[in-house]
Amino acid sequence: MSKRGIVLYLHVHQPWRVRKYSIFDTAENHDYFDEADQHSDRNNEKIMRKVAKKSYRPMNELLEKLLAKHPNFKISLSITGTFIEQAEKWAPDVLQSFQRLVATGRVEIVSETYYHSLAYFYSLEEFERQVRMHRKKIYELFGVETAVFRNTELAYNDSLAKWADEYGFKGILAEGWDPILEWRSANYVYRPPNTQNIRLLLKNYRLSDDLAFRFSDKQWHGYPLSANTYTDWLNGSADNGPVVNLFMDYETFGEHQWADTGIFSFFEGFVAQWLAREDNTFYTASEAIDVFLPQGELSMPDTVTWADTERDLSAWLGNSMQQEALKYLYALEDDIVCSGDLQLITDWRKLQTSDHVYYMCTKWFRDGDVHAYFSPYDSPYDAFLYFMNAIRDLRYRLLSERKGGLHG
Amino acid sequence: MKILMLGWELPPHNSGGLGVACYHLSKALALEGASIDFVLPYAAQHPNVEFMKIHSATRLGPLERYGLGAYESSAAGVDSAESQGLGDIRGVQQRYVAFTEKFVKNNKPDAIHAHDWLTLEAGMRAKQLTGAPLIAHVHATEFDRAGAMAGNPLVHEIEYEGLMMADRIIAVSNITKNLIIERYNIPADKIEVVYNAVDPASFGNHDYNERTYCYLETLKNEGFTVVAALTRFTVQKGLTHLIKAAARACQKYDKLVFLLAGDGEQRDELIRLSADLGIADKVVFTGFVRGQQWRDAYSVADIFVMSSVSEPFGLTALEAAHYNSALIITKQSGVGELLHNIFRYDYWDTEVLADQIIGIATSPSLAASLKENIRHEYATLSWSDVARDCMQLYTRAGRRLQV
Repeated sequence: MSKRGIVLYLHVHQPWRVRKYSIFDTAENHDYFDEADQHSDRNNEKIMRKVAKKSYRPMNELLEKLLAKHPNFKISLSITGTFIEQAEKWAPDVLQSFQRLVATGRVEIVSETYYHSLAYFYSLEEFERQVRMHRKKIYELFGVETAVFRNTELAYNDSLAKWADEYGFKGILAEGWDPILEWRSANYVYRPPNTQNIRLLLKNYRLSDDLAFRFSDKQWHGYPLSANTYTDWLNGSADNGPVVNLFMDYETFGEHQWADTGIFSFFEGFVAQWLAREDNTFYTASEAIDVFLPQGELSMPDTVTWADTERDLSAWLGNSMQQEALKYLYALEDDIVCSGDLQLITDWRKLQTSDHVYYMCTKWFRDGDVHAYFSPYDSPYDAFLYFMNAIRDLRYRLLSERKGGLHG
Repeated sequence: MKILMLGWELPPHNSGGLGVACYHLSKALALEGASIDFVLPYAAQHPNVEFMKIHSATRLGPLERYGLGAYESSAAGVDSAESQGLGDIRGVQQRYVAFTEKFVKNNKPDAIHAHDWLTLEAGMRAKQLTGAPLIAHVHATEFDRAGAMAGNPLVHEIEYEGLMMADRIIAVSNITKNLIIERYNIPADKIEVVYNAVDPASFGNHDYNERTYCYLETLKNEGFTVVAALTRFTVQKGLTHLIKAAARACQKYDKLVFLLAGDGEQRDELIRLSADLGIADKVVFTGFVRGQQWRDAYSVADIFVMSSVSEPFGLTALEAAHYNSALIITKQSGVGELLHNIFRYDYWDTEVLADQIIGIATSPSLAASLKENIRHEYATLSWSDVARDCMQLYTRAGRRLQV
């Protein structure tokens, strides 16, 4: 009988934040992503250097140590193209440490869109181009082919599963959301409807969010959480189903939960304690799919994400500003792609990163709970204005190129 | 004739049109032979004011004169003045009154000319002490500043008292005159309408920089029409109606772009509304602008819209005319009374506004003649005419008192 296992999947991402880009910059400067203010949270270099220090370096060091110490410790990572670009620029040692992790053979890289975009919902062609770009980049950097897919924000539905199946992926990740699961457990492998080979892994959101969101919350009944207690919970959960899928942002470790919360020593302790039981192990996403047979078919006709109590796309597409912004952006697709202007295409794609519209979210803004959504902008409205000006500038660049063409 | 001019600001320390109007009026009066003592609530350097004597009622800096900004649209409510943020400004006003009382002991004027509620109390005291006629010049009332809200009762009371005590009242438009009659129960024959004017020389030699609004210039080259509003984003300015009209207009004709220059508490609402109506890419927000960016906004505009729900005068429309825009002005804006070569609409009538915008945008000859004619028209307005009206008014008011 197969061992009970944890699939620990961490998502590594940094967006190219848009600077304070006014109408006076529009058609004049095209440097949307270069915030001049060194102290601003829109300054991508500043953020990358900060998070590298607080999270990427100490966590990768810990992961290397744990991989060396525990032969059964395994993880899966998704690393966005926009992260890789920024790490190449400002923290190349971090990329090297990721390469060392992957070289152990016990760290799987999960596939996704290069630009961490919502392209699937706007343009299948562009979506596929970004998946290809990401696979290519991952192969160049790590020498591995990806086999399991995760869409941006874990946005998932049946038709995406069908696409991934036809594309040749063996697995796909999604949220294990109660209203969908009903009596079923997230701790099994499932089969999406109308697919041939692909398998579905579902996030155990309670145990994942205990770390990602609640770990340092002093109001939480579980605070302070010890490695002991958490391992007990995991063992209890594994009694009800053999695979516990812990999916979360990589930056949980050191950035969302700072080092002084004890998150690193907690993590080290829980890995050791989980593996202390003979019948416990870790699996990569691919291994879990190979080891366990699907428990049944699970259908999600409507899109489910890993965000908010709604678990839908409303944090990204819930208000009219967000809808307008992406409508205008994707309306440019044909013209931009056909322009052949690589810089223009790249800038357009960087604007597709879902974080941009997330910064425009007003769901809780009106309640005054501004901090529910972290944003480097004064308000969702400012985020929207800068983004719209960047779209205007893309239009301007398209226009001036056509002109250039006419004049030879 | 000795005039005691009671004002709250002068350029370059002005926050709006009030200071500009006071400056040009005083200058033109001096040319008519008036000897002017101008009392300000703050102490600062003012260039080019050798035509009159300036007296500082306090040693406060120019920015301290408003306390917490009572000249902005004031808060509604019935609490005491202090709890509504008038505490500071009331203190400044009291010192202003005290200074004026002392000043008139040795300087008896022939007429007292007080501008808006801020100086009306000082005007009343000066009248009591000297017997000189009081002329109350109403640039805006608390009803205008408060928009749909009730306004500050204390300010209303000072306005009412001052208007009752005044020997003559100058209203900057018929809209303001009617408001004074209806809301303050002042007899119509006590009120005279004297429109503001505009001094083209004061605009200086503005060199338009095409790169300031480079994107909009590109659109213009592509045949787009730029429709602009330059104002504070408050309810009083009626901008939500403008956005709705923009959406309506874009359904019929989409080579339009709307430039909203300025800032204010309504900004987020306007951004959201333009997104709700699906025209977010047609509405450009500049944020707070001044100097070159402010003047260039006039220059880049083909059409200037004054969408105010209530505007006693609206000097910016005349600036827009100077910078060669076609004007569309609400019937609720005073400046519209004085101009002929403009389009008018009721502030709520988005259908009519949309129609007017499309009409100008699609007819180069209409646009050209509106711009050309309004330029001629505004050039005939002159502050010296305003000053002559005032001089007559001082004389008549003085005579009446002697009867």
